[in-house]
Amino acid sequence: MRSGGVTRVDVRYEAPETLQAAVALLASAGEPAKILAGGTDVIVQMETDLIEPALLVDIKKIPELRQIVAENGGFRIGAAVPGLTIMDHAALAKTWPGVLDGVKLIGSIQVRGRASIGGNLCNGSPAADSVPPLIAAGAIARIIGSKGTREVPVEKIPTAPGKTSLAKDEIIASFFLPPRAPHSGDAYQRFTPRTEMDIAVVGVGINLTLDSSGTCTAARVVLGAVAPTVLLSKECADALIGTKVDAAALDKLAAAASAACRPIDDKRGTKEYRIKIAGVLAKRTAQQALEVARKN
Amino acid sequence: MSKKYHVTTTVNGDGYEYLCEAQQTLLDVLRDELQLAGTKEGCATGDCGACTVMVDGTMVCACLVLAVETDGAKVDTIEGMAQGDKLHPLQQKFLELNGSQCGICTPGILIAARALLARNPDPTETEIRYWLAGNLCRCTGYDKIIRSVQAAAKEMRGA
Amino acid sequence: MATILEKSGFNPDKKLKIVGSSPIKHDGIDKVTGRAKFGADMYLPGMLVGKILRSPHAHAIIKSIDISAAEKLPGVKAVICRDDFPEIKAGSADGDMTRNAMAREKALYDGHPVAAVAATSESIAKEALKLIKVEYEVLPHVIDPVEAMKPDAPILHDYLRTKGVKGADQPTNVVERYELGIGDVAAGFAEADVIVEREFDTKPMHQGYIEPQGCVASTTEDGQIELWCSTQAPWVYRDRLSNILKIETAKIRIQQSEMGGGFGGKTGFYPEPIAIQLSRKARRPVKIALTRNEVFRATGPVSGTKSRIKIGCKKDGTITAAEAELIFQTGPFTGSAFTNAPQAMFTRYALKNVKTVSYEVVSNRPKVNSFRAPCVPQVVFGVEGVIEELARKIGMDPIDFRLKNAATEGYKTIYGETFGPIGFVETLEAAKKCDHYRTPVPPGQGRGTASGFWFNRGGETTGTLNIGIDGSVTLILGTTDVAGSRISISMMAAEELGIPVDKVRAVMADTHSLGFNRVTAGSRTTFSTGMVIIDSARKAIAELCKRAAGLWGVSPDAVTFEDGYCKPAGANVGNFEPLSIAQIAAKTMATHGAIAGHSEMNVTGAGPGFGLHIVDVAVDQETGRVDIKRYTVVEDAGKAIHRLQVEGQFQGGAVQGIGWALNEEYCYGKDGRLENPSFLDYRMPVASDVPMIDTEIVEIPNPRHPYGLRGVGEVPVVPTMAAIANAIGQCIGVRPQSLPMSPPKLLKLIDDHKAKK
Repeated sequence: MRSGGVTRVDVRYEAPETLQAAVALLASAGEPAKILAGGTDVIVQMETDLIEPALLVDIKKIPELRQIVAENGGFRIGAAVPGLTIMDHAALAKTWPGVLDGVKLIGSIQVRGRASIGGNLCNGSPAADSVPPLIAAGAIARIIGSKGTREVPVEKIPTAPGKTSLAKDEIIASFFLPPRAPHSGDAYQRFTPRTEMDIAVVGVGINLTLDSSGTCTAARVVLGAVAPTVLLSKECADALIGTKVDAAALDKLAAAASAACRPIDDKRGTKEYRIKIAGVLAKRTAQQALEVARKN
Repeated sequence: MSKKYHVTTTVNGDGYEYLCEAQQTLLDVLRDELQLAGTKEGCATGDCGACTVMVDGTMVCACLVLAVETDGAKVDTIEGMAQGDKLHPLQQKFLELNGSQCGICTPGILIAARALLARNPDPTETEIRYWLAGNLCRCTGYDKIIRSVQAAAKEMRGA
Repeated sequence: MATILEKSGFNPDKKLKIVGSSPIKHDGIDKVTGRAKFGADMYLPGMLVGKILRSPHAHAIIKSIDISAAEKLPGVKAVICRDDFPEIKAGSADGDMTRNAMAREKALYDGHPVAAVAATSESIAKEALKLIKVEYEVLPHVIDPVEAMKPDAPILHDYLRTKGVKGADQPTNVVERYELGIGDVAAGFAEADVIVEREFDTKPMHQGYIEPQGCVASTTEDGQIELWCSTQAPWVYRDRLSNILKIETAKIRIQQSEMGGGFGGKTGFYPEPIAIQLSRKARRPVKIALTRNEVFRATGPVSGTKSRIKIGCKKDGTITAAEAELIFQTGPFTGSAFTNAPQAMFTRYALKNVKTVSYEVVSNRPKVNSFRAPCVPQVVFGVEGVIEELARKIGMDPIDFRLKNAATEGYKTIYGETFGPIGFVETLEAAKKCDHYRTPVPPGQGRGTASGFWFNRGGETTGTLNIGIDGSVTLILGTTDVAGSRISISMMAAEELGIPVDKVRAVMADTHSLGFNRVTAGSRTTFSTGMVIIDSARKAIAELCKRAAGLWGVSPDAVTFEDGYCKPAGANVGNFEPLSIAQIAAKTMATHGAIAGHSEMNVTGAGPGFGLHIVDVAVDQETGRVDIKRYTVVEDAGKAIHRLQVEGQFQGGAVQGIGWALNEEYCYGKDGRLENPSFLDYRMPVASDVPMIDTEIVEIPNPRHPYGLRGVGEVPVVPTMAAIANAIGQCIGVRPQSLPMSPPKLLKLIDDHKAKK
């Protein structure tokens, strides 16, 4: 066996001020390119020699990627808005507390000063904390590329660990979080050995809606870190829909969540453990979402 | 020679101009180009907080920011924390209460704690602990760090 | 050398003005302002960046190394590999050391250095590493020590034969078999009413210092070397570097930097010989700062262990016998200090019958380095589990059980020392009386206790005390300040001299300034360097008295020194106004020149240390996650010189132990590569993981120190994992026997225990 390889070429840094310019840069790049938003994954991967991009396209100077605006009763969050800005958005926090809980768990405060949900999603980790609650919320990503704009549900973006369905010249510009339905609530919980600064061993995002009698009429249950991509589980949702989210429904949910897992053994947790914890956490998260829904 | 980028920035109120490679982090430049070595490298992957600095008022890990990104930005580091001979109350309390043992994590923790108190002048013990969760310390067991922050907060509130 | 401290002059009734208080440490200001210079903080003109190429294989023959392409890259000033280090016989101490610094025949672990580059920038250096071609022949590897002991295990060193086994003539991975015992265990167990025997295992952990090793080496054309580095052992580094690089010690000057944590992990070198060889080849200063990835992959972890522990006692609580079989992993080379374990594991109990057999085993992991109380906490994890189990079996309070068996003055230990006055009983009594232990265990929580012992060390130490012309004082210390020893030692100097501590400043010396100092380790520094400086102070005081006598025209015997003043010893000496140190110092030009004291000693008389930890935990029974709710450390400090620093030692040790107990471990892939070489995945405790750590300082003076102090750095980690495991056991009904007690392992334990019921 031999080690050794090619030498690194110079790294080029560009910070376009419009999406069109950014897309054009990516489209014309002959060298390996990487989009730089908060950089909390990209810079680490460069530092540890996991990636060696020759072109970095910093998208933080593009105004629409850096703002949160109210839209049609919901919110549009720029893909490069830092986590800390999202956490400090009072109206968003009130409407989508589960999404906020996911964002709050990304790295440390320092990391959240930079890390964005666009980056969290595009890094392609099945353990990304903001992704399950975004999917549970039914968030839609707006993607801009050379061929134009497309609106895609967040769950359609990750395809495998570290991989997404985005083309080389596509950028996520923003996420749309829909208006909150009456009597609905969301929550995100994750399990980690440490209280902070850890990667989810399992993460669960749930958004559920009740009718006036307290019966669950709609639910989206999303499991993180238990499969190659974040999972939106219909079986888990079915366990809740039509029930009062009582003990029996929660047991069914737990069983469905464990059954849905296709985890791996790795340094962050064993297969067996992840399957068990998915059930435990699904229950706990559903209870939390239920409490939120009852107040809305 | 590799391609270099020209950066104009303010660090602790002083203007600086320098050339850097695109992959050089703010931490690399602060330490190796500007020789502001008070900002420490513990991991270079954002997991220890030893390089915590403020960039345009936001607390970040200098290892997770490219230097080239800080063109035109205002950077604040530990070297700018004391005003003349007057230590910041956090610095003073860390001295009095032994909040610093070996001292390698101290600059990052002081910057982080100052950012906390600017947002929340009266944090609970739990709030302090969670805010500082991104700053590893291996010597103190955190006890005296937390107490130092509490004491400084109290003094700064004039309580 | 004879010293005036042969009798320590310990006087329990002496009123102390400075010792026992908590002044601001003088080096603190540099630490809170970013001024303090650590290993990587040195910048020299023309300095190059050094980078190390490391083996990606756990075990491989290095067939060839081609550095020619790397050497040709513009900006590269030196490339080195094994050919640049003197050949030293494999299997010798120096042979191991040079091979750990730079692989020779084989790469022995993932991360083992195989080559290095010095270049004008980091990016060029990294690029050059990629141009080095290394041809490996990958061999089967072994990580786990028990696997490594099996007859068919891959052999790391063909030359290795087990020491301590008669007729051992086959290649093996077992370095040594070590037997230690007293009395007759068979007879002891025969007397026992209850016997508990359990097996335990612990995983290697990392010291986890936040400052990666960093150094700058600079070589002159005529071969003189200056080395700036973060180290616990400047003299030891110098002498070992001299041995492996074949350079006279007088030509190597090491200046220790501030050290950003070591905990034992900076008692042996890593990048330093590489930086020196690069700077010799490049003729320019070379800085190497390790990355965190390199720190985890290639610097000192702590031994993982397997142990079997058996203890028997009578119904009244008297322990009748104890037996242990212990296995220690040491990495690819010997040096784990594993014999500490059998010597210390039961020591604190007055046992008459003990038998231990210990093994040290090599495997394809980084070489083990010291960590607080090397090799002892791992086995105390088991011992104190068995102790609590026995106590509960016979219905005795666990602290009472320990009191029943506690060693006291006059007990002859398994390693031959007879205890002088010790504070184990007082520590246990203080624990029983403390608020934590008297408070009932909150519902849903479990409480555990555990005790620990450490010898505390002395050893070769040197130091100098200089009196300035204004009467202020500077100290030159050879040991490293790992946690505030400069201020503690300054306090003792000030106490001796009767001056305010603010008039004293201490520096950490370079290796040209003082004679040999042993490593700063084993809780020896404040004790040993304190002794040397007290001795120096007393010598300086004798000189001060001589000068005063000269000024007064009386005999030196007629002058006494008290509270910072030279005074006539009696009324018949004459009517002289007392002279302060400053007044005498101001006249040194007219007398005999500078006044100083210097001392070198092989310090003995370290008083053993004992501690008792109390911890309350809650366990999430559905996830296996442990929450540390309350923690108290009770420990005998002999005399706390600087109270806040003593507390800091207790607290820091306990939290390191919490990490070791709950989450810290190395994860290796099937290919023998380390999978979690980052703080993110190594999971040391963060601030939100732990509560405040309460402390109770017990002070049973060590009469062999002038102020009665005992070292306090090691004991705080010794009982931690045991105490937490005992507490978890109370919560879930079964006491864990394997570290770390991570959520997956604990949940399995909980579920299996429930299934059994």
